[in-house]
Amino acid sequence: MAANSNFPKYQSDGTRLGNALEWFDARFPLTSLWKAHLSEYYAPKNFNFWYFFGSMAIVVLIIQFVTGIFLVMHYQPNANLTPAGLPIAFESVEYIMREVPGGWFIRYMHSTGASFFFIVIYLHMFRGLLYGSYRKPRELVWIFGVLIFLCLMAIAFMGYLLPWGQMSYWGAQVILSFFSAIPVVGDDISTYIRGDYVVAAATLNRFFALHVCAVPLALLGLVVAHILALHEVGSNNPDGVEIKKFKDENGIPLDGVPFHPQYTIGHDLPANVIMLMFFFAVLFFWPEGGGYFLEYNNFLPADPMATPEHLAPVWYFTAFYSMLRAMTWNFFWIDAKIWGVISMFAGVFILAFLPWLDRSPAKSIRYRGPIFKVLLAFFVVSFAMLCFLGTKGVEYHFFGYTPSKDSSPLSILISGAFHTKLWTIYYFLFFLTMPYWSKIDKCKPVPERVTFK
Amino acid sequence: MKTHAIKFLKRFAGVVLFVPALAMAAAAIHLDKAPVSTDQQRLQNGARTFVKYCLNCHSASLVRYNQLEKIGFKKEKIEEELIFSGENAGSMMTVAMTPADAEAWFGKAPPDLSLIARAKASGAGSGADYLYTYLRSFYKDKTRPTGWNNKAFDNIGMPHAMWDLQGEATAEVTFDKNNVKNVKLVAPAVPGSMSAEKYDDAVADLVSFLVWMGEPVAGTRKTIGIFVLIFLAGFYVLTHMLGKTYWKNIH
Repeated sequence: MAANSNFPKYQSDGTRLGNALEWFDARFPLTSLWKAHLSEYYAPKNFNFWYFFGSMAIVVLIIQFVTGIFLVMHYQPNANLTPAGLPIAFESVEYIMREVPGGWFIRYMHSTGASFFFIVIYLHMFRGLLYGSYRKPRELVWIFGVLIFLCLMAIAFMGYLLPWGQMSYWGAQVILSFFSAIPVVGDDISTYIRGDYVVAAATLNRFFALHVCAVPLALLGLVVAHILALHEVGSNNPDGVEIKKFKDENGIPLDGVPFHPQYTIGHDLPANVIMLMFFFAVLFFWPEGGGYFLEYNNFLPADPMATPEHLAPVWYFTAFYSMLRAMTWNFFWIDAKIWGVISMFAGVFILAFLPWLDRSPAKSIRYRGPIFKVLLAFFVVSFAMLCFLGTKGVEYHFFGYTPSKDSSPLSILISGAFHTKLWTIYYFLFFLTMPYWSKIDKCKPVPERVTFK
Repeated sequence: MKTHAIKFLKRFAGVVLFVPALAMAAAAIHLDKAPVSTDQQRLQNGARTFVKYCLNCHSASLVRYNQLEKIGFKKEKIEEELIFSGENAGSMMTVAMTPADAEAWFGKAPPDLSLIARAKASGAGSGADYLYTYLRSFYKDKTRPTGWNNKAFDNIGMPHAMWDLQGEATAEVTFDKNNVKNVKLVAPAVPGSMSAEKYDDAVADLVSFLVWMGEPVAGTRKTIGIFVLIFLAGFYVLTHMLGKTYWKNIH
């Protein structure tokens, strides 16, 4: 926060309140923090629709923190059974839904918030792809963002175990069992993570600790780092040009506007009201999200003796789950399972290398060439396909087709397994070949200043 | 020329993204659409059926008897009409049989029904549709230990609890060349105390009650939701107008 020293300390205007503020400001960087990050942080004036999602992510983060605190007051991470035979953890979630005044609202806020978090984060990340927001000098902003995404996935995965329903239990069981594929130490590692030989009470308790305490702390720290790094280098914009190149006599960027109030109240506030309308429309009228936000099978209590027929993770993990399932070959005598785990994690980590993979002279899609536009369109298709196929069983075929013994070999082309592999390969090739095609792509000339109205 | 190619590719991408929606349209099992009602008389009727026919083996341990006041029962009426085991209206709707006993006697403990209407939803239909179909799909089957089987849940462990209402329903069972079982339900050979229409009505009421029990707050939730959305719509107009004033002088 080196920028703080550039701001003069507050001078009292002689009123009592002014004196108090002067006293406070002499001892704490209050007005300088306000100025550096809000009233005198200059953001490009040409932000569009895609720039709403960062602020929305903060709003959802606050919703998750506040509702989470209230849920912890009533939730019990206890895998023992009630006299009626329901696990206490499962029962306590329903206790919140039925007996705690307003508890259903708090719980639905939290469950809807989880899905909304991923919706706004995916759109926020896609904005980065569209306008090259990860390019120099914003590499660290982007890397902190990828780490936030990773934390978010960890929180969501652990939080999903807590209601101790069938999908909670078996989802965790399947994903954690993949670690046992690691050569030599695999079994010990999965036992260490679970705290037992199967997902059990010990797993529930540690996931609770990590979900409500450890990972949120890391997440919060990373969000602060993400914003500090952003404010150090300044925001990108839909034209992908640096507004700091052209400043007026006071050193204020000519194409910049103060973040507060122009963007806070003038841009993000109404947008967030719209977001909340979608949020509450889901919460009040469609809380199960068609079985994607709250899975139907999770209304059954966890039963370690009965595996559900159809297992799929929550929708926001399905793309990466598809990457895990795409690996069915045992390369180099190493189990396909472990290649699956590697490709799942690689699918996330490869994002962190984007700043160095992209060598296009233009940052923004507005000035980039046709190769990028076409490949990006297919990248969206690949991600959507992987998301969709991850919700389906391995035997899935498009168009409701069921293969029989004598079906033509062409039927492979409409099989989910084939498309999972195809689009996983595309997903990785998009990144791995980027240094080549981003360089030869025919870009349009990039303007010096931002375009505005 | 190039822009044409891009336009084509955009359209192609749109079509490809749409494919999953088409593919999902193919449903697996046919379920009858349940006529779910929120009418209090029908919910009360369903509650009576539930207490009489289900609550002997299946608990609803997440539901308190006095919550039934929300579907119009008077407190005294609850203790009079619905509680036969000496519990008071503040107790949960549990059963005397312990899960361990139930497992010893039936092989599998009858599941708690508090959330059954939410749990049984699937791609094929809502949980209510499943239950409505299932409760009308029992048939006599000599090969089963209980003497009963179910078209919607093959080789079920539970006998037909409401057979005295529906009658002894039967079915024509055939196997096709791939040994896939095909069950065709036929009218009960021994009639029950209800006509087919009346039985369907009774099941509809019971299913409506199970749906209510799955989420008693669902009605309140939707009412509040309308007000919240109206408020936010108004609030949006204000914030939008306020926001615009900040950008008036920025060119």
